[in-house]
Amino acid sequence: MFRLEARTSTPAWFNLALPLIAIAVTLVLCSGLIAMAGAGVIEAYGVMLSASLGDSYAITETLVRAAPMIFTGLAVAIAFRAKFWNIGAEGQLLAGAVASCAVGAIPMPGTLAMLLMALAGAAAGAIVALVPVMLRVKFKVDDVVSSLLLNSVIYYALMALIEGPWKDSFSGYPISPPIEDSANFPVLIEGTRLHLGVIVALIVAPLCWFLIARTTLGFRIRVTGENAEAARYGGINVQRVLISTALLSGALAGLAGVGEVGGVHFQVMSDISPGYGYSGIVVAMLARLNPLGVVPAAIFLAAVMTGAEAMSRATGVPAFLSDVIQGTALLAMLVALLFTAYRVRRVGATT
Amino acid sequence: MSAVFEQIFQVGFLAAIIRIATPLAFATLGEMFSERAGVLNLGIEGIMLLSAMAGFTAASLSGSLWLGVLVAVLVGALMGALHALFTVALGLSQHVCGIGVTLFSSGLAYFLYRLIFGQQSVPPSIDGFKPAPIPLFSDIPILGPAVFNQFTLVYLAIIAIPLAAFVLYRTPWGLSVRMVGENPRAADSAGVSVIATRFQAVILGGALMGLAGAFLTMAQFNAFTFGVVSGRGWVAIALVVFGRWDPWRSAGAALLFAFVDALQLRMQASGLGHIPYEAFLMLPFIFTIVAMAFMSRNAVAPSALLKPFRREER
Repeated sequence: MFRLEARTSTPAWFNLALPLIAIAVTLVLCSGLIAMAGAGVIEAYGVMLSASLGDSYAITETLVRAAPMIFTGLAVAIAFRAKFWNIGAEGQLLAGAVASCAVGAIPMPGTLAMLLMALAGAAAGAIVALVPVMLRVKFKVDDVVSSLLLNSVIYYALMALIEGPWKDSFSGYPISPPIEDSANFPVLIEGTRLHLGVIVALIVAPLCWFLIARTTLGFRIRVTGENAEAARYGGINVQRVLISTALLSGALAGLAGVGEVGGVHFQVMSDISPGYGYSGIVVAMLARLNPLGVVPAAIFLAAVMTGAEAMSRATGVPAFLSDVIQGTALLAMLVALLFTAYRVRRVGATT
Repeated sequence: MSAVFEQIFQVGFLAAIIRIATPLAFATLGEMFSERAGVLNLGIEGIMLLSAMAGFTAASLSGSLWLGVLVAVLVGALMGALHALFTVALGLSQHVCGIGVTLFSSGLAYFLYRLIFGQQSVPPSIDGFKPAPIPLFSDIPILGPAVFNQFTLVYLAIIAIPLAAFVLYRTPWGLSVRMVGENPRAADSAGVSVIATRFQAVILGGALMGLAGAFLTMAQFNAFTFGVVSGRGWVAIALVVFGRWDPWRSAGAALLFAFVDALQLRMQASGLGHIPYEAFLMLPFIFTIVAMAFMSRNAVAPSALLKPFRREER
């Protein structure tokens, strides 16, 4: 018999080892699906790896895809730290995309346009995140359910825009008018899609770490999440902390949408996000809610996504494998996290 | 305007409400059983999708709709067991595990569907369930065609509501479920196995979610699409809160939601063309959020909801 025993302390190397173990377990489990699809496991994973990280162009593509997930991962990590269960990053991202697209379509100097796009997108995301947190604080509505339901509302609002007033009157396609050329985020390396927003994402991550680990607000967020009762007793206004957390989280998710509009698509369409908001949850958990860990976790998921498409073209294994990998990785990570709090002890035969 | 109203409230309207309410009733009852035992199951959205896909595939390959239903129920129960393994046996966060189960199940559903059916411009469809009118009853004016000329699965849902209430309130097992959801420590002292009871309730819940998925692909749409569930699972979770964790009230909440949904469908079809149809599509979701705002303050969730049980910890 085995049984779980509480741990008093966690070795430091666990922080790095756990996500790696979870990823390894995930890849082993998912190899069954590759075999089921009639492809060679080593070959399929090989194609995934070389197509996502094999050369410098592939790496830039992976980074471009990682950027929105860095933002949504940060949004989720910070929210979950305060135990504000924000599952609405998807809707907040879409709101950010719509707002930044509206601003980017107004003719003005490029630098000003980009700045205003970011502000508008962050504000839109924050406003959307305000709904579930206010419903929780004022009406005790479960934030998970309200933020999830809100995703559908925002999605339909976006669809109403691009099939209505924003519809391309020339082609009839449900896509918004493009933003001004001057508002397009500058490309950093000629011949790639590596845009300014990617660098911003890489800078925002350590800033978020600083905020959580070294500032008063960060301290309040952590205490609120760890023990709301103790936080209240210690004079922390828990409701205000939750609202600040939600605004911050929503703004970060909104920035994910800004980057997609300003740096990748230059307009809004119905499939602007292939679930980056939900992937943010996987990223945040793989990072153990640490903003610094969000960057490698997002790059991993981005590599899986870019790699899966190439693998699908080369081997015929459906690219949806990347969705299975995401779900499995999240579950595997949760199980792995168990070992930070418990250790498995062998107990004498039958007691 | 009166023409619009006439079009909305025609004879088929009541039948449409009941048809829309059926998968929601199954899903809501499933989630209710799970939560009454103390386990929030956010995997519901993915479980419904995977069951819908599995049932559709089984029915389409075997030609037997009832075999499809059986497969959907088994897949639902299996995914319920997976969620219970993580949240009950290992005591992991119910929120995050539920999201994990949803991501995993929907990913698996997309993957397997594409693997089996390939990429087709028109999604393959099946000859789904046909209405099975109940003799004599179906001749009752208004109520007859709406309630007694439906799919067999609809009758099953109508029976499931009092049955769920009976099981929950009048059987020893139902008492155990309520005990482990309210006070697992006391249940344990009374000799009730908390772990086993929670497992059973979550698995039963998963099976009911599977039934909901089966209805979508084998009676309502007769095809599987990636958006076949489109938030119905999330809505069911809200309906459980709205129905205060009671089978009758939850089923009533499903009926109320179905009324709003049927209404928006009719409004789309009627002469209100100048309003974008998306405004109607989001109506049921906004309605649910607002309804939760009114209901949640007084809603009393099972005390041990979200709390894992470990015997050795006090």
